[in-house]
This record gives sequence, structure tokens and C-alpha cells, in this order.
Amino acid sequence: MSTVTHTPGQAGAGQAPPPDRTPGPRAAVGGSRAGARFFNGFSHLFLAVWAIMVVYPLVWVVMSALKTDSEVIRKPLSLFPKTLQWGNFARAWTEGHIGDFFLNTVLVLTGSVFLTMLLGSMAAYVLARYEFPGNRLIYYMFLSGLTLPIYLAAVPLFKGVYNMGVTLPFLGPNQHLMLILVYVAWSLAFTVFFMHSFFRTLPTAIAEAAMVDGASHSRLFFSVMLPMAKPGLISIGIFNVLGQWNQWYLPTLLMQSVAGEPKNQVISQGLIELSVNQGYRSDWSGLFAGVTMAMLPVLIVYIVFQRQVQSGLTAGVGK
Amino acid sequence: MRHGVARFVTGFLALPVGLYLFYVVWPFLQAAGYSLTDWGGYSDRQQFVGLENYFRLFTDELIRKAFWHNVFFLVTVPLFTIALALFLAFLLNVGGREDKAGIRGVFGSGLYKVIFFFPQVLSLVVIAVMWQQIYRADGQGLINGVLMKIGLVDENDPITFMYDPEPFLGVPAVLWWLLVIAVWSGAGFYMVLFSAAMQSIPKDIYEAAILDGAGRLHTFFRITLPLLRDTVSVAWVYLGFIALDMFALVYIMTPSQGGPNHASEIFASVINFNAFQKGQFGYACAIAVALAIFTILLAALQLRITRRERIEY
Repeated sequence: MSTVTHTPGQAGAGQAPPPDRTPGPRAAVGGSRAGARFFNGFSHLFLAVWAIMVVYPLVWVVMSALKTDSEVIRKPLSLFPKTLQWGNFARAWTEGHIGDFFLNTVLVLTGSVFLTMLLGSMAAYVLARYEFPGNRLIYYMFLSGLTLPIYLAAVPLFKGVYNMGVTLPFLGPNQHLMLILVYVAWSLAFTVFFMHSFFRTLPTAIAEAAMVDGASHSRLFFSVMLPMAKPGLISIGIFNVLGQWNQWYLPTLLMQSVAGEPKNQVISQGLIELSVNQGYRSDWSGLFAGVTMAMLPVLIVYIVFQRQVQSGLTAGVGK
Repeated sequence: MRHGVARFVTGFLALPVGLYLFYVVWPFLQAAGYSLTDWGGYSDRQQFVGLENYFRLFTDELIRKAFWHNVFFLVTVPLFTIALALFLAFLLNVGGREDKAGIRGVFGSGLYKVIFFFPQVLSLVVIAVMWQQIYRADGQGLINGVLMKIGLVDENDPITFMYDPEPFLGVPAVLWWLLVIAVWSGAGFYMVLFSAAMQSIPKDIYEAAILDGAGRLHTFFRITLPLLRDTVSVAWVYLGFIALDMFALVYIMTPSQGGPNHASEIFASVINFNAFQKGQFGYACAIAVALAIFTILLAALQLRITRRERIEY
């Protein structure tokens, strides 16, 4: 990404860049040369300090995960353990159940992100492109969900899920499918809101041409409109993946064991419990290993796809 | 044809609307209903008490505390995050050397951007558990450990962080420490946002200003900042929501989820406390409904204040 302040950034993609002009006279640039050098040095210093403040805690967590417990207690600051204790990871994975947490999280997210995107764009498309009585009402109903905090609905939601589980056990508490549907429902507000504005901007000419060619409404959606909405889908998809991966309140509330069976915990929920349990057992290195394993996969995916993630998430706010 | 459209619309809407009604709308409506009763949450016994719960809100000491703590976060989280993010974006984009092409961004700004964004992709739970260890109230914690090593903190009198209810500038210290985490995790994201906005400002404007003899600071304060107004106000609204939702940090990090001695209560933790620890579910719902109304009013207010004519370029 270009960092020259004068070039229009990729944010304005689509517009042709203004024709290059001959640069202004050098002397006209304000400030003295020494002042500029000082400013440059100051910028680097401050930016580097902040970078260290961001990275150092993360490195510290990762390195602490490779220490023995006594090293964590006696030499908390050192970043270089004597021998690397990979066993901490194995212990957190099995005894700390991080492995199970991962499996549950992946199972739930695979279903929930796919369904959120599918159902969210279907609803948004219909609301954005078709006139029918009640259109506004449904749109505002979705929109209102953006302002309502989850914990407001906690107990009625649990009761609803519990009662559902009495008749349909696979939709009761502690069931993957139930959590998938709950995630979808709670992600719909933002997904519909965002995709609605996206579908509105798509040109009508292509849709009309497809209709003239005899495409049905649903075929028009799946083979014409959805592919055209790809940039929006990617952006909001990344947003939903991160949002649902981060979700801790809903699983803590709903993935409870009702009949004494083991809980199907997802990663955020499990990590909270791990932090309490390992605290009691003073298994600090195990806790650090757990945090590291919850942290590194996302960080690595982010570093690989950093441009897409950054633009995807900032677009979610910018629109 | 008309008939086909109706069938298509219903078919596409049925599932999303159904799910949304059952898992989102219905629980909210129920909560609103329970707020008019004295239901405890576990028994089947409940009595209609009218608006009694709502009147009780105004005399509840905890609510008053939580309200001011929410206001504190509502002001400080956006303020500090945006100020820091703008400053970082400014350094990143204007801090470089000057040459023929004008003032450049600093060397390595791409790398800085990648790094600053890290906290955004970490989950709030990971951040909370990590900071729990950083904020430990003994030498094993990262901050206390470092400060003890360089002799700034006495080993027998460490900084107590989450256990410190003593007011600083009239606000319990524990809230300030929570604020640090919020700013730490948010600044990078908004820096990237502002940075992108800065780069989409056309260069002609800067060329004109530089020809007129404006320096870095002048161009920043007179041109960049005013043109960023839209982005900043959007960021403010978003950070406002995040500030209302500091619950994860309070829940995971503070003693007894809002402690010590209720020093870090916010609306959400008071709801949690009343519903699950005191077993006063009807009352908890009343707080929740009041909070929802507060949120909606606030959102409307913010949108109104920040609305302004857009500058197109």
C-alpha cells in the first residue's frame, strides 16, 4: 500500500487517478530540513514504542507458554526459557481440553458463518430490491437488533432454548446445531444492514437483462446478483468469522450441561474456564499455552491475509 | 408473474425472519414483559407489579454508580482511542522525509500497520485473560515485574490494578486500568481506518496548500483533520457502542464481576448481578430495558450531532 500522502489510496479504487503533475518547487515545502529530520526521528521513535507495546505482551505470552511453572513464577520477565517446554501445549490440548474447544468452535463456525451469509444476503437482497407491504417494517426490525445488547435477553433466550430442547433434543442447550442457529440469528442484524446497502448499489441493467432472458427470481439471485456482491460478501464474511469466533457470552449462556453430560464448549468460553481452573491449580504455563493456541491461528491467518482483513473490517465500519 | 414474486419474497424471507423472531425478538419482548413482574428467575411464581421496578431504578445506589461508570467509558474510550489513533495515523502518513514528491509516509509504515492491527483480530477473551496476567498484583505480572526490576515499585507494595477501588480523578482506579486495555486493543484498528481515509484525500489539495507555504502541522490541522471529520464521527459512534459493551473485561477480569466492592460495576454487570446472583429477574429486566432505551437514545443523539453536509471529492 502506498504511503505517500499525496496519492489517492486504494480506497478510491475505480476512479482513475488524477493525471500526474510536475511536483511543486522544493523550496515551497514548509519547515526546515533539520526540523523535518527531527520530526522523522520522532515519528519512528513513537511508532516503534507503540509497536513494542503491542507486540511485547503477545511475545511474552507465547514465551511464557514454553516455560516451566517455576520459571513462570521465579523469572516472569525472561523471554528465553532454559529448555522449551512443548509439553505445556500437549497438556493444555488434552487436559485443558483446548483440542475439544477447537473442534467445537470449528464445527459451529463452519455452519454458522455459511448460514449467516446465505440467509443474511437472501433477506437483504429481497428487502433491497423488491417492493412489498411490510418491507420497511422487517428492515427496521433487523436494524433495531443492532442497538440491543445481548445480555438483555439472556434468561428468556435460555428458557426458549431449554423448552425447545424438551421437544426437539437436537435444538436444546449444549447442542451444536442450536448454537449455530443462535449465532446466525444474532449476526443477521449487521449482515442484513450491510448487505442491504450493498445490493442497493448494484446496477439494475444486468438484472433486467437476465429477467428478459427468462431467468427466475431465485436464479437471478444465485447466478447473477450474488456473484456481483462478492466484495461485500468477503468483507462481511471476515467480519462474521471474527465476530463469531470471539463470541463468549452466548456460548457461556447456552452451552451448559443440563443433564450432567460434558459441555460442548467453544474456544472463548473454554478459555474463561481454563483461566479460572488453571489459577486454582497454579498451572500457569498451561494457561499461557492455552491462550497462545487460541491466539496464534487467528494471528497467522491475519498476517497471511492482512490486506483483505484490514480492508474488510474497515469497510464494515466505513459504510 | 405477480404471484411468482410473492412466493419468491416469502420463500427468501421465511427462514431468516423466523430465526430472528425466535432467537432475538421474542426473548427481548419477554424481557420487557418480565420487567413488569417480580419474577425471581427460577420459580414459576410471578406477580404483576406494574412500573415498580422502574421506580426502584432511580433510588438504586448500584445503578447510579453503574450509570456514571458507563458515562466514564462512553467519554474516555472514544476520546483516548481516537486521539491516539489519529496521532499514530498522522505520524505514519506525514512523519517521513520530504522529497520531490512532497512529504512521505514513514519508512516501514506497512509493517507498522500490520502490527498495530494485531489486537483487533484477537478475541476479547484472549485479551482479557492475557491482561489478567499482565496486570497481576505481584512480581509475576508483566507490569509489576518490570517496574520492580527497575526499582519504581516496591516489592511489598505492588500496583494492585483490578483490586484497586481507590479513586483517581474521582473515578475508581480499576476503571482506568480497564480503559488502558480498551485503548490498547482499539487504537490500531482506528489508525488503519483513519490512515485509509487520509490517503483518499486528493493530492491536489495538499499541493495547493504547500504552494501557499503550509507546513506539516498546518496541513494536518487545517486540511487533513477537517476532511476526516466524517470518518472520525463514524468511529466515535462505533466506539460508543464498544464502550457500552465493556462487559467482557469486567466479567472476566474484575473480582466478583464488578468488584472490588462494586467499584467497577457497569450496567451490564449490574444486570448480571441482579439476575444471577440476587435472583431478582424482573428487576434485572427492567434495568435491561432502561439500558436499551438509553442506548437507542444515545445512538440517535450521536447520529444527529455528527450529521453534517458531506464533502465530496
